[in-house]
Amino acid sequence: MALLKHTPVEIKERKALTINPAKTCQPIGAMYASLGIHGCLPHSHGSQGCCAYHRSALTRHYKEPISAATSSFTEGASVFGGHANLIQAIDNIFTVYDPEVIAVHTTCLSETIGDDLNQIFDKAQKSGKVPEGKTCLGAPTPSYVGSHVTGFSNMVKAMAQLAEPSGKKTHKVNVIPGWVEPSDMAEIKRLCAMVGVDITLFPDTDGVLNAPLTGEYKMFPDGGVTIKELKKTGDALGTLALGEWCSADAARWLDAKCKVPCTVLDMPFGLAATDRFIDVLRTVAGVSVPDSVAFERGQLVDMISDMHQYFYGKRVAIWGDPDQLISMCEFLVSLDMQPVYVVTGTPGKAFERRIKAICADQPFEVKVKAKGDMFLMHQWIKNEPVDLLIGNTYGKYIARDEDIPLLRWGFPILDRQGHQYFPTVGYKGGLRLLEKILGLLMDRKDRDDPETTFELVL
Amino acid sequence: MAKTKKVVQLMPTDIKEELLKKYPPKVARKRAKQILINEATEAEAPPEILANVRTIPGIITMRGCTYAGCKGVIMGPTRDILNITHGPIGCGFYSWLTRRNQTDASADGVNYMPYCFSTDMQDQDIIFGGEKKLAAAIQEAYDIFHPKGICVFATCPVGLIGDDIHAVSRKMKEKFGDCNVFAFSCEGYKGVSQSAGHHIANNQVFTNLVGENETPKEGKYKINLLGEYNIGGDGFEIDRIFKKCGITNISTFSGNSTYDQFASAQHADLDCVMCHRSINYVADMLETKYGIPWIKVNFIGAESTAKSLRKIAEYFGDKELTDRVEEVIAEEMPEVKAVAADVRTRTEGKTAMLFVGGSRAHHYQDLFAEMGMKTLSAGYEFAHRDDYEGRQVIPELKPDADSRNIEEIEVVADEKLYNPRKTTDEYKALEDAGFEFKHYEGMNDQMDKGTLIIDDLNQYEADKLVELLKPDIFCAGIKEKFSIQKLGVPMKQLHSYDSGGPYAGFKGAINFYKEIDRLVSSKVWSYMKAPWQESPELTATFVWE
Repeated sequence: MALLKHTPVEIKERKALTINPAKTCQPIGAMYASLGIHGCLPHSHGSQGCCAYHRSALTRHYKEPISAATSSFTEGASVFGGHANLIQAIDNIFTVYDPEVIAVHTTCLSETIGDDLNQIFDKAQKSGKVPEGKTCLGAPTPSYVGSHVTGFSNMVKAMAQLAEPSGKKTHKVNVIPGWVEPSDMAEIKRLCAMVGVDITLFPDTDGVLNAPLTGEYKMFPDGGVTIKELKKTGDALGTLALGEWCSADAARWLDAKCKVPCTVLDMPFGLAATDRFIDVLRTVAGVSVPDSVAFERGQLVDMISDMHQYFYGKRVAIWGDPDQLISMCEFLVSLDMQPVYVVTGTPGKAFERRIKAICADQPFEVKVKAKGDMFLMHQWIKNEPVDLLIGNTYGKYIARDEDIPLLRWGFPILDRQGHQYFPTVGYKGGLRLLEKILGLLMDRKDRDDPETTFELVL
Repeated sequence: MAKTKKVVQLMPTDIKEELLKKYPPKVARKRAKQILINEATEAEAPPEILANVRTIPGIITMRGCTYAGCKGVIMGPTRDILNITHGPIGCGFYSWLTRRNQTDASADGVNYMPYCFSTDMQDQDIIFGGEKKLAAAIQEAYDIFHPKGICVFATCPVGLIGDDIHAVSRKMKEKFGDCNVFAFSCEGYKGVSQSAGHHIANNQVFTNLVGENETPKEGKYKINLLGEYNIGGDGFEIDRIFKKCGITNISTFSGNSTYDQFASAQHADLDCVMCHRSINYVADMLETKYGIPWIKVNFIGAESTAKSLRKIAEYFGDKELTDRVEEVIAEEMPEVKAVAADVRTRTEGKTAMLFVGGSRAHHYQDLFAEMGMKTLSAGYEFAHRDDYEGRQVIPELKPDADSRNIEEIEVVADEKLYNPRKTTDEYKALEDAGFEFKHYEGMNDQMDKGTLIIDDLNQYEADKLVELLKPDIFCAGIKEKFSIQKLGVPMKQLHSYDSGGPYAGFKGAINFYKEIDRLVSSKVWSYMKAPWQESPELTATFVWE
């Protein structure tokens, strides 16, 4: 029996009710970004339920401890302001947990009442609650604007705002990876090292959210970008912002305020987006790309050619966050697959234009919606089915009801492991994506082929 | 950890001192009252614990909010009521399928639980108010799904901007005529924890739904099971046992429940309370309004299950039921005992710590006891003093400034439907025989002298406790799981059961014994050091010697 049995085939326009969202709210993105700072404790300035929910969601996705503190607003604080709560929290956090950095984000509660973070930090500093050499930074992250992606971007921008340009250029390049997995951040660092470019990656959750089991619990693991490195981002040769939604604001701020030239690129998922990333990287850094990179690229091209018959013409429904979807749709189209339904919960008409441009002149029509939801996408599928779903774990209900294979990719993945260890960015990540897609399509073929045409060799 | 020999010689006072010494003085003073060294029950004046008070900012609490207690816990598990979260998207998203309230919709097919409904408030709704959008969302939900009931849940900003969700709901209810629409003012900042949300949910469901179906229910030995949420199928197992015994469960609040179950609750003759914290308000209200008495039961642990079944049979005082209950216990117990005996060879003498919501930190101690395991320390996130010390302390409890605004509703005996289930003499006879109505002795009573009972445990204290006392297993929730396991101590989630269960009833006990055996006996805890880390010094010995 169907799980989403009440989803009708007939589509009625909805103006007020969101059903099965393809997004969540700002603060969780800010919390994730903060975890990419070395020695940082994220702090949620709101009532404590938000913090509990965000920690739980991230923990379920990474199967790793996610530490974060909260101002624990009461009704009184909600009416008269949360200044006292935050100052008390800062004192308690530094005394008990001793982080290097506290990165504060807000919620719909503190934003509605209008608490001013910088004013509170100033007061905390003046009253001696911030120990020497420690940092408090913050970003407003109202949940009623944008999505978790917006919150991520806002915190990354706050990180860039720590820049203290000295006027003396370093030889480094800033790379803002956007909301990707720790494994993807590790892969971006590996690729840059292969090309021979010294980078500052921020945020960097590699080493934080893929930590080993050793018998010792480190609340602040060894990974993450340091405050010292962030301060130097203002002296870099340039900034590569991967993803307009996740990373561009921070890069543009560095460009405008510190004269660090920025290039906004797509996230390096798939062949073409990775090509552009490497190409811009070597141009900005003024280096030549070694053959080892071209070798990896060639392997990906080889696999596409070897397996093209299985990809060709397959209809795909895909949902998630704008930056990821843009590169992924481009990759799918390059395989001659057909991303026919593309949905993000994050607002932005530019997203729809970009997806339409990617799918222009293709032998299929794309239905794309920003600020859409998974209920609508399911209705589209009911009207005309697809061969493959690509998105987060919530898609498993549609996958089961409609009997369609699901590639788990994006956030959150609550029911599988691997995303924190194996990348999907770069050429290697492209190989892994193709391996996974092929696995799904061929398992389905093996399941469905009649005995007469069931084959050993595919 | 498996190899280290445990020497636990720390006095409880030392441990308490150790936990407190890192805190700023004000925090230490408060925490000192929330960390209790348990006295044996004989003590004339058992020590008081400070509970249900505001959370210390920045302390890294395990607690959630009022919305979670109301929508997530109490109202979420009902499959045929359509729940709309009025707020920005997060609250609805995070409470979407993340608690494992199972449900069986095979009879009527209606099940909205896999869906998440939200008004997804935007900045213009915060500025101009969200009432119009809420009304439109209710209308759209009604048009697409035609549910029997729609519930609306407030989130933090709703209270601040002054949206009147109750007025909107009333208006829509009148407009539809065939759909009950009502709302919960469960803004996240109310109270100090999930607990306020329980109370708000109890009040509204009692006011707007209980008693609505006046058609009597068929069946013998009619009960309601209050405060059982069917996590991992617990309620299915309890219902299996009820059915086998011939006990009719009219309604479960609220695991695997339906609109009609709530509406028919007044037809039961006994209320059995599992989770005291979340549902004692409804239990009291059902008694006042309809004359249904309530008893505390516990179906966690095989012995506790047997005891609770006997208690229900004793209440009805009917030989047919008493005999049937004994037959069922006799049938179920041998398998339970066989597994327990096997598991016990590996679990006897091992130690546990339990820090769970508002009820399980107590209930699960029975299961550990059945395996010969000792509870070193336990506590709740959001329970009140009565859950720790027993209901006799209730007259002493006074709401503080943070909880004063949680609505207390006035309930009186229903002129038409109030019906005492037994005569005064019958009640007296039962009580004289030691039968306890409306009684819960609390967790502390069951725990050994010198054990540590800690309210609103935080991250720092959890890690410190594990470091000092080295338990063989630690039980709490998802946020605690992986930091504890990094320390090399197995961690069992007692909210989600780590995708396992059921753990209630007889079959649940077997599942739990096996699961704990697996965890405390797992080889993985011996892999933490690589061979070159175990003895990093080079010596003259070679591997083949």
